[in-house]
Amino acid sequence: MAKILNVSNLEKSYKSGSRHLKVLHDISFSIEEKETFSIVGPSGSGKTTLLGLCAGLDGADSGRIALCGQDLGSLTEDERALLRNHKVGFIFQDYQLLPTLTALENVSVPLELQGVKGATESARKLLVKVGLGDRVHHYPSQLSGGEQQRVALARAFSNQPAILFADEPTGNLDEETGEKVVELLFELNREAGTTLVIVTHDLELAKKTGRILRLKGGRVLQKEHSPLL
Amino acid sequence: MRWLLKMAWRDGRASGKKLFLFMASIILGIAAVVAIQSFSDSLKSNISSQSRSLMGADYIIDSSQPPNERVLEIMDSLGGARAKEINFASMALFPKNGTTKLVRVRGISEGFPFYGELETQPADAGERFRSEEAALVDATVMLQYGIVPGDSVKVGELTFPIAGALKSVPGGSALSSTVAPPVLLPYRFIEQTGLIQQGSRLDYEYYFLSRPETDLEQFDKVLNPILSAEGADLDTHLATSRGLGRRYENFGRFLNLVAFIALLLGCVGIASSIHIYMQEKLPAVAVLKCLGASRRQTFFIYLIQIALMGLLGGMIGTGIGLLLQQSFPILLAEFLPVTLEVRISPGAVLMGLLLGLVMSVLFALLPLMSTLYVSPLQVLRIQERNDTNGKASLLVILAIVLLVFLFSLLLLDNWRYALSFVGAIVVTFSALAGIARLFMKGIKRFFPSGWGFCARQSLLNLFRPRNQTMTMVLAVGVGTFLISTLYFTKDILLAKASIADTSRSPNLILLDVQSGQQEAVAGAITPKGLPVIDNIPIVTMRVHSIKGRPINEIRKDTTSRVGRWVMSHEFRTTYRDSMIGSEAITEGEWVGSVLPDTRPVPISVAENFAFDARVQTGDEVTFNVQGVLLDTKIASIREVDWGRMQLNFSIVFPEGVLEKAPQFHVFTTKVPNEKASANLQQDLVRQFPNISIIDLRQMLTLVEGILNKISWVINFMAFFSIVTGIIVLIGAVRTSKYQRIRESVLLRTIGARGRQILRITALEYLYLGVLGSLSGILLSLASSQLLAGLVFETAFVPSYVPFLVLFPGITLLVLLIGLGNSRSVLNSPPLEVLRKEVG
Repeated sequence: MAKILNVSNLEKSYKSGSRHLKVLHDISFSIEEKETFSIVGPSGSGKTTLLGLCAGLDGADSGRIALCGQDLGSLTEDERALLRNHKVGFIFQDYQLLPTLTALENVSVPLELQGVKGATESARKLLVKVGLGDRVHHYPSQLSGGEQQRVALARAFSNQPAILFADEPTGNLDEETGEKVVELLFELNREAGTTLVIVTHDLELAKKTGRILRLKGGRVLQKEHSPLL
Repeated sequence: MRWLLKMAWRDGRASGKKLFLFMASIILGIAAVVAIQSFSDSLKSNISSQSRSLMGADYIIDSSQPPNERVLEIMDSLGGARAKEINFASMALFPKNGTTKLVRVRGISEGFPFYGELETQPADAGERFRSEEAALVDATVMLQYGIVPGDSVKVGELTFPIAGALKSVPGGSALSSTVAPPVLLPYRFIEQTGLIQQGSRLDYEYYFLSRPETDLEQFDKVLNPILSAEGADLDTHLATSRGLGRRYENFGRFLNLVAFIALLLGCVGIASSIHIYMQEKLPAVAVLKCLGASRRQTFFIYLIQIALMGLLGGMIGTGIGLLLQQSFPILLAEFLPVTLEVRISPGAVLMGLLLGLVMSVLFALLPLMSTLYVSPLQVLRIQERNDTNGKASLLVILAIVLLVFLFSLLLLDNWRYALSFVGAIVVTFSALAGIARLFMKGIKRFFPSGWGFCARQSLLNLFRPRNQTMTMVLAVGVGTFLISTLYFTKDILLAKASIADTSRSPNLILLDVQSGQQEAVAGAITPKGLPVIDNIPIVTMRVHSIKGRPINEIRKDTTSRVGRWVMSHEFRTTYRDSMIGSEAITEGEWVGSVLPDTRPVPISVAENFAFDARVQTGDEVTFNVQGVLLDTKIASIREVDWGRMQLNFSIVFPEGVLEKAPQFHVFTTKVPNEKASANLQQDLVRQFPNISIIDLRQMLTLVEGILNKISWVINFMAFFSIVTGIIVLIGAVRTSKYQRIRESVLLRTIGARGRQILRITALEYLYLGVLGSLSGILLSLASSQLLAGLVFETAFVPSYVPFLVLFPGITLLVLLIGLGNSRSVLNSPPLEVLRKEVG
């Protein structure tokens, strides 16, 4: 199968006050199309930074990332935004819905950015699919945490992404709601045939993916196949 | 683009109230600018449409001497004057109660005015007075002196019955008739008043009607130089109304600047509020970027919001401005030369809309630029320092300064004034911003750790992140600065006009005393125990040649830069052996006296004469002293303070030469009070009807009255700045409300009592009020001192009003606004506040 994400010799550091803090050391791995993949590690291990770099939210200090066949290092910020809009979906721990937009508008934004006609209808169908058909005109502040994350799921799948990045998707939810959201995530993913990359410290969730990358102190500790496979 | 508009609408929908509050800060500024601009345009078009009525004819030929043969010939060739007038300043006596008043006597022949009308009470008095051999007296004077139609007025040797009160007459201006109100007499009696004699300052005016096909502009261009060479002058109704329009335009421009300051203050409010607004929006910007929106798209979403709100602000401001201008005819009634029909000026409307759009976008650009530099990484809770582009920020600041300059240039039509205005604005705003910054740094560095909890907490609030100290100090400071500057400027103008109260400084001036009357006049003054302080001889003369070139030749020379007035003016000169207080030599040496046959006579001229006549010390000037040519040489050039209320002269001769020339005299004396002044004036007018008397104390009261009226108008405009300042203040308090609520809730959760939080809030606004208002007043005092010293060259005692009224008043206002807007924070229980404001 073709590789959708290829990371080689990735290094990243941040400036903290007057000194540079190295967050990622020589990271290399690759993910194939339609694969499910998780990055696990304790707090501060650099997993979220790795996710951000892989999605083209920031540039690396050195190394190379190829996403959907494109070298991220050679793209401008706006070109990376365009790539994200067409190929990438996101789910965040704190949902990151736009507070001034209704659920329906939040879901239709990625399609509208592409200039797709009938964006609102597609968004409505997705919201019905995640069980929020009767909440389309509600604002994020009028929805519960679980409902907000379901809107975020609908938004993530709205542009039919090739790859979906999920950052601690159940981190802000109680166990029961979290499980329901995860179930929905995997179900939608299967249907759409999307590559799924999850960052989590929840090993139970990680075990549901095909492969796990363990990080510690910004280095790859171990690459392994999930026992479920 | 459609998506951008949709997103701008979606996002703005939830923040509508907030955005509107930002725009509210520019509404009043725009209203003020539009009102003044539209009103000025109306006034201009009214003046131009009523120009014939303002003059009473199509054109006038006037001269300060009886017209010579050549002028008479020219007037004949034009078909002859339709009406004639001789006017001069003189004393009028009202026998009914013995009161006297300096008036402008206008002897007018039949026919005048040909346009407009003599507005009188009773209405037909204007028609009757000439045939009834009666007078029309200024209505205000009649009211003031208790005179009614049917009473009489004595002018010179003649006494006339008063046909009616004169409310308005073509050719009179509101301000000049305040000093010497008009008294109209039939032309044929002017000679018989006995007031046309040596030294009288007369104006001869000849009124004409033009043929419909005459191009008055061309006519003016051709005829004026010819008449000017003969000592006469042509004024067409077009040129006169243009000149009048310009004078009012200047006042309008000044008022517009005051209004523009209000607008700028509002813009500072916008910049500050949008800054806080955008800080709240940055997480959403990061999400949009994450979802694939480009930098430009996220930037435009908010730019569109601001632009639409700015346009809305412009529309509302323009609407209010157009309503407001309806009140101006009432507000400015005393200054207006025409009956005013207020119209809506399309130019002013366009200006209002553009100002709303451009100013709000421009001032919001700096905070808006933060959307360009926000990283999408923020959605992953990675706080990376957002890069900002220093060059872009600098460009925006330069664009703001440039726009302010261009707009000032549009208002002032003079790049030097516009540059000075922008400079003053930049200095004032920077000084206030500097004070705020210095204050924050100061309390940070020397933080009073020993103070109580509330006092410390309130001080901390002044320099915490996202504090509003700078905005508050600017809003309060600029408003206070404006009002106190108005007060101080009035003080300076009054100080400049006032007479030093020493025993030697006169307060009553007697003009036109003939040589033969000197002893008798002195004899009327001294027995009353009053001194004759000065007896100044006046000799009238005209310039005959400059540096050997006769003025007739200079006139023909188109390259000559000698001022026209120098060649046609009848100079009133004097001779004395020493200089007076208002003079200082800038070049050459003062010569006090010479032998009678000294030629050329060493004279002293004022700087303005030297400049306009293009002469320096050593140059020769020949004067025509009533038919006798007199050669002189410029021995010295003097700087003369014309603003001082005393008799100043352009040309001063030494003693020894002019003693035998035909002359008249000016006497000065000092009267202790109003009663003594009235008493002396009545005696003098009865005995010497030709003498005009100026009471300097009355003049000062007049000046003060005019200044009060003008400052009332300016205060009215400054009021817009104050209200804008208040709106900016409310905006600043409200935008930081969320943060305050969180702090207050935290404090209350850990046990702070309501009273303590109230004290913290009150103290914070007290500091801000004191800092803002005091800085504004002190800055204004400093700039007024500079203005007084450098421009007016006078010392002034500042009013106490800014210190005793403005300072506590504005501080209290800030305190009330602060506490008023924090009421909900103070009164509600923590959980309720959190749910209401945050949820």
